[in-house]
Amino acid sequence: MLGYYVRLALKSFGRNPGITTLMVLAIALGIAVCVMTLTVYHAMSGNPIWWKNDRLYAVTMDNWDPKQAYSKKSTLPPPEMTYKDTQVLFRSDVPVRKVMMYATDGVISGVGTVPSERAQTRVTTADFFAMFEVPFLYGNGWGAAADSPAQPVIVLSRDENEKLFGGANSVGRTLRWNDHEFRIVGVLDDWYPRPRYYDLNGGQFNPPEKAFIPYGWGAELELLNNEETDCWKPEKLDTFKDFMASDCVWIQMWVELPSRSSRERMQSFMDGYWAEQHRAGRFQRPRDNRLTNVGNWLRDNKVVDTDNRVLVGLAFAFLAVCLINTVGLLLAKFLNGAPISGVRRALGASRRQIFTQHLIEVGALSVLGALLGMGLAALGLAAVRHLYASAHLYHRGGYQELMHFDVTGVIWALVLALAATLAAGLYPAWRIGRLPPALYLKSQ
Amino acid sequence: MLKMHDVSKIYRTDLIETYALRKFSLEVNAGEFVAVTGPSGSGKTTFLNVAGLLETFDSGSYELDGADVMGLSDDARSKLRNERIGFIFQSFNLIPDLNVQDNVDVPLRYRRFNAAERRERIGSALDLVGLASRAKHMPAQLSGGQQQRVAIARAIAGDPAFLLADEPTGNLDSLMARQVMDLLEQINEMGTTILLVTHDPELARRAQRNVHLIDGQISDFRAYEPRAAAAAGGAQALA
Repeated sequence: MLGYYVRLALKSFGRNPGITTLMVLAIALGIAVCVMTLTVYHAMSGNPIWWKNDRLYAVTMDNWDPKQAYSKKSTLPPPEMTYKDTQVLFRSDVPVRKVMMYATDGVISGVGTVPSERAQTRVTTADFFAMFEVPFLYGNGWGAAADSPAQPVIVLSRDENEKLFGGANSVGRTLRWNDHEFRIVGVLDDWYPRPRYYDLNGGQFNPPEKAFIPYGWGAELELLNNEETDCWKPEKLDTFKDFMASDCVWIQMWVELPSRSSRERMQSFMDGYWAEQHRAGRFQRPRDNRLTNVGNWLRDNKVVDTDNRVLVGLAFAFLAVCLINTVGLLLAKFLNGAPISGVRRALGASRRQIFTQHLIEVGALSVLGALLGMGLAALGLAAVRHLYASAHLYHRGGYQELMHFDVTGVIWALVLALAATLAAGLYPAWRIGRLPPALYLKSQ
Repeated sequence: MLKMHDVSKIYRTDLIETYALRKFSLEVNAGEFVAVTGPSGSGKTTFLNVAGLLETFDSGSYELDGADVMGLSDDARSKLRNERIGFIFQSFNLIPDLNVQDNVDVPLRYRRFNAAERRERIGSALDLVGLASRAKHMPAQLSGGQQQRVAIARAIAGDPAFLLADEPTGNLDSLMARQVMDLLEQINEMGTTILLVTHDPELARRAQRNVHLIDGQISDFRAYEPRAAAAAGGAQALA
């Protein structure tokens, strides 16, 4: 009977092409707006490492000016920490993995005829790769022993390896980074967490760095942070050593804590350190030592602002309006066809069969709506991409790369369209099945 | 066999109750051709709808081929209607966007016959009404008489025991009406029980039995002499 019902649905569409087109358009428009908004929202709010949400924690402590908070807009502590505080916290053996890091500028040279080029580089401790589950194409990261004293090893991104070595396995080869020789120990596979949760400075949706070097090189080569560095205290900052000893915040610190007890122990370690420093005259603001998981980290840093959430709400409201209109049109269409349903009932169709027939018609309508909706959404996303591409040409991997119409989006659209339209069509289909057939048999 | 006993059907509004059928009793034997007559509002169509299981009733009992229909679910009533009853309407009630063949196919689809059987039954039914050559025509391409013949083909394609006809010639001219009546008589002679609701005295006379309804009840008044009684009376006169 399914094939028969589908044939009847198509015939019914042909009977009222105007009203059918209107319904398909209404569904498609609602779906398109929803899918577009959801795709953008999903891309901008997704936790790229959700499976470790209860294990990875950003470490922050409020060392800021006792007279004023770090931010006028929130009560959060600074998102980075001082060099000296991270050095102490890093000594804790509570976390199973721990990372101190920052981003710096480097120049890569010394690879055949490839011209020297500026390469955003992450200066980090060894656990970075395992902790954030960074995939490797060739080789691996370095061991903790390479962090300090710093060993001349380097990990390249896949793109950078492509550019420098044509994609070949470059592990074991050397290059010059800021005119120092480094040996390549690993090449990353494709890795592009969106948003770049581990460091939200300098473009929340920018791609990861092109190169990674051991943390010890920061002090050794006096590498400055090229992203957010905030200072509040009038203090001597003549040398890099002064800077490392200062109350300026610029180091990001993450820890991996596998259990509640380990979190409590880490928190207690931080609080103990805070109390000690407080007694020594530092940390004069109210105690605010935080371990923040990735989801809350993204929320606190307003990766998804309220506008986006409101926009998603509005998109769903718009879909609801479209579907309510569709329900009205469906009711009108089905009631217009009530005499035919009456005839079918007289010829032996049960209420259930009439209901199923109309529900399949609604299903066919929703498939058409979904297909058109996805087309419109693809066009819309292409338009957004186009707009951003023209505005941010220098941002390779910026917003324009977020707007791709991924498989998840397509599945969402289909599920959304089918579920929403079927839900919307349930009442009209049920209603038409309940109509007394005798009432309409005389009126044909 | 159709057997109604003290069947009442009441239409209720907030203020009034109207009896469409009041303690209505009737038995129709297999193979009979019964005409149901009566003035407008006398309950003829309600009777036909109740008999055809399109409407429920409020009290009394109704047996169709020995089955008590009172407590049947909608699915069971629909199945019984599909298998045992054929309907013919005054306004033909063909589905306008289905061609002749697909219209006749409708009750067979709900009967879940396979394609070959449906094809055979559609062919036989259209042959019987003389419209086999019009199988692919749309209803709008046919005359009123032809449309009613398609409706008859649709009603008999499932080989029902009962054919319920509600003013089947009401929208036809006299020549076409006669052709349709001839066809109904032919179907009756093949063993199908026919219940015919009509205003037309000439048609009522062609039935074997005439039931006259007034205010939802059978009246003793015989408006028209049925063909069987007339034949018997004529024979008596000759004797």
